[in-house]
Amino acid sequence: MSDTQPVLEVTDLQKRFAVPRGVLGALRGAPRRSVRAIDGVSFTLGHGEVLALVGESGCGKTTTGRTILRLEQATSGEVLFEGKDVLKAGGRQMKALRRDMQIVFQDPYASLDPRITVGESVAEGLLIHGIGTPKDRQERVREVLAKVGLHSSQVNRFPHEFSGGQRQRIGIARALIMEPKLIVCDEPVSALDVSIQSQVLNLLKNLQREFGLTYLFIAHNLSVVEHISDRVGVMYLGKMVELSSREDLFREPLHPYTKALISAIPNPDPTARRERIVLQGDVPSPINPPSGCRFHPRCWIAREVCREQEPAFEEKRKGHWAACHFAGQF
Amino acid sequence: MAQVLSQAPTSVDTEAGWRTIWRQLRRSPMGLAGLCMLAVVLFMAIFAPWVAPYDPYAPVRARIDTIYAPPSAEHPLGTDDGGKDVLSAFIFGARVSLIVGFVASAITVLIGGLVGIVAGYYGGRVGGALMGVTNIFLVIPDLPLYVVLVSLLGPSIWNIILAIILLSWTGTARLVYAQVLSIRERQFVTRARAIGASSGYIIRKHILPLVLPIILAQNALVISIAILSESGLAFLGLGDPSLISWGTMLNFAFGRGAVSVGAWWALLPPGLGIVWVVLGWTLLGYVIEDIVNPRARTHHLM
Amino acid sequence: MLLDVRNLTTEFTTPEGARLRAVEGVSFTLGRGEALGIVGESGCGKTTAMLSLLRLLPAAGRVVAGEVLFAGDDLLRLTPAELRERRWRDLSIVFQGAMNALNPVRSVGDQIREAILAHMPWPRDKVGARVSELLELVGIPAWRAAQFPHQYSGGMRQRAMIAMALACNPQLVVADEPTTALDVMVQAQIIDLLDRLRRDLDLAMIIVTHDLGVVAEACQQVLVMYGGRVAEHGPVERVFAAPRHPYTQMLLKAFPTIEHRGAPMVGIPGSPPRLSDLPAGCRFHPRCPLAVERCRVETPEPRAVGEGHVAACHLV
Repeated sequence: MSDTQPVLEVTDLQKRFAVPRGVLGALRGAPRRSVRAIDGVSFTLGHGEVLALVGESGCGKTTTGRTILRLEQATSGEVLFEGKDVLKAGGRQMKALRRDMQIVFQDPYASLDPRITVGESVAEGLLIHGIGTPKDRQERVREVLAKVGLHSSQVNRFPHEFSGGQRQRIGIARALIMEPKLIVCDEPVSALDVSIQSQVLNLLKNLQREFGLTYLFIAHNLSVVEHISDRVGVMYLGKMVELSSREDLFREPLHPYTKALISAIPNPDPTARRERIVLQGDVPSPINPPSGCRFHPRCWIAREVCREQEPAFEEKRKGHWAACHFAGQF
Repeated sequence: MAQVLSQAPTSVDTEAGWRTIWRQLRRSPMGLAGLCMLAVVLFMAIFAPWVAPYDPYAPVRARIDTIYAPPSAEHPLGTDDGGKDVLSAFIFGARVSLIVGFVASAITVLIGGLVGIVAGYYGGRVGGALMGVTNIFLVIPDLPLYVVLVSLLGPSIWNIILAIILLSWTGTARLVYAQVLSIRERQFVTRARAIGASSGYIIRKHILPLVLPIILAQNALVISIAILSESGLAFLGLGDPSLISWGTMLNFAFGRGAVSVGAWWALLPPGLGIVWVVLGWTLLGYVIEDIVNPRARTHHLM
Repeated sequence: MLLDVRNLTTEFTTPEGARLRAVEGVSFTLGRGEALGIVGESGCGKTTAMLSLLRLLPAAGRVVAGEVLFAGDDLLRLTPAELRERRWRDLSIVFQGAMNALNPVRSVGDQIREAILAHMPWPRDKVGARVSELLELVGIPAWRAAQFPHQYSGGMRQRAMIAMALACNPQLVVADEPTTALDVMVQAQIIDLLDRLRRDLDLAMIIVTHDLGVVAEACQQVLVMYGGRVAEHGPVERVFAAPRHPYTQMLLKAFPTIEHRGAPMVGIPGSPPRLSDLPAGCRFHPRCPLAVERCRVETPEPRAVGEGHVAACHLV
């Protein structure tokens, strides 16, 4: 499935946000603190591959996506897009890179300018990059809208005239029109009704097949990811805790957190109530993460070593990575 | 595809523009009313020498029976304390009031909008410094500074305009700044950055149109403030002595006993004139705001 | 029977003066210790139905027909003073969006205290003890009463909202989208909590949600709404195991689970209708694969398809 050179290579990506200590804090000499939103994340993404990043809010999955696109400035690490260093690219180089790397946001309404017609919104990328004549652009817009299942007669409407699902189709069309190689899908269906979610997921999947697109698919719900991804990475408190093919992950999760996430997926079949593992408490604060394995305070198989020693992110089985001292031993 | 192309109504790249605004304005009774109200005053001001029955700047020899003479066929709005025709003074006075209002508000909104957008969009140190300056201006009490400025610079119409601008741009700047701060964090701005748009493009295309309604509304407000300030200054005797404005008319009428002799015709026209212009502009601004902001017109239930 | 809702019908008046029917002919009954889930897509009328029976509609909305019998009294006929008296003591609400519903500048304990004192003139120490009791009941350590909402996580804020709803020992608790915008794990915690409270306190509960998983795990009855009308209503096991209305069937198929691996997901084509533009006949017919001519002209009335199980479809 993948070429020799991956589309995206992320190595030890880190992102820290400074915690404001306020005037009083500074006067008192309070220490500068920072949140490690991403703490050393690495992965590669091959041509035509869909990698899902999953985790609860605050795990760093969205920041990872945004840092790769340089919508946030990384603290350290390396991001190679087709071998080119994204984090060090200059203005012109970056603009060229932006053509190839697109993003689809969670809230399609928020990502559309309310006073610009849909046609203009979709054409905006072409306009910014000076691609084609106005007539070419019009034609491209119509083509792309047709591809995402909208009617070309809708180009002059405003975002508020569309339903949630249609708006997300517009969001996808805006990314698609640039003929990108990589699309970061940042929770593209989380804000949609269940009945619409599947429409949009199917659309994304079909487009991916048709155009050989590569997706970095960010989601908080494993059930959504199940339908679209080739590989899944699970994140917890800024770190990748498990990464494997979709089949292996759902069949035999190695990290207890992944197992808990899978079991927490709501199931509408009341007769098939499985044994659920409901983790107690909340995700700890990333300002002051727990020692050793960050998951140990909520883990039901944690032992002494988990408190003291941080488990390495290792390939436990072929193509199946996990960061756990007792991987798979539940 | 070709078939679809030929039946599609308009182009993708053109902007909504002033034509749309005009088309929608024509359909709004409120906007039309505002427009007409302003047009009447504007017409009156521009063609003052032809519209006014007398020249209010020409010297008149006042006699006891021509001072504060009630309205008559000869003087439809009576005469003032100098025996001059109130109607003519009112018509000429519109010129000064309108110039002060329009010029002061246009420059005020321009400066305030620019400062607000730059400070809000770039944020950081630039934003901090700009807003610091704004805050200093904001805490200075208006009236005393007006008085000081105008008496220092001399009471000419341009100095009055300058004083008004110096004191009112901060309000606009703060409002626009706050709005830009929130727009900057909106996702469609992030998205524009993600496709490689420059700051200039983002400001022009995504931020300006969204702060424009505020700027317009603010403009209406500043026009009122400017006209009222000019009148206020003139009323305090700091108006341009060589010019007749609605403010100086009120000042003279008050100062020279119009109230005690019951000469309502000397007070009412300039007062109503001020209200008329402010009201007209407010109506128009309200409707324009409604038009340029399509979201405000939607009803989510429908 | 604690709550008996009959033929609830609500209209909205638009600024242009048109009248839109947001809810039409909703009926159900609910006993103590029982939870009803109201589900449907956005715009299906589930929230309006809930606000109608609580008499919390915005100014443009009005209940035009129906009865809401709560322990024998029609809530729709109570005077405002009587209603205030009943609210919170008899029935309370967990609003959607816990961050917005809590006052950011007052401590959580303070806000719960306020809810208690508004209805019961208790002495200070008794109120304080009650606040601690309530917080512990929903799984928040009592010492956190002095903290402010921003010091709480999303899940804890939702718990605090639930504690507030329980302040005056109500018989009925209505929860509006209690798990929306929460993480999967926190969702599971909140579902467990609601289920436990219902059993322990013998509460009647109405959960308005778009998440069928929440209904399956926390409710005994389910009411599926579409276009402001009841599409299907019945016991959860029966409706979920053998849904009779095509809308319910498709909604269940569209629900993402990890059971049908890799197979393409089944969505429901099109979008829910707008209130201003409701289709004639069955409101679901434009999206229904089984629709026949009759569905286009005649509105189906709910009919019994099993014990306590009704569906509004010509084809059942």
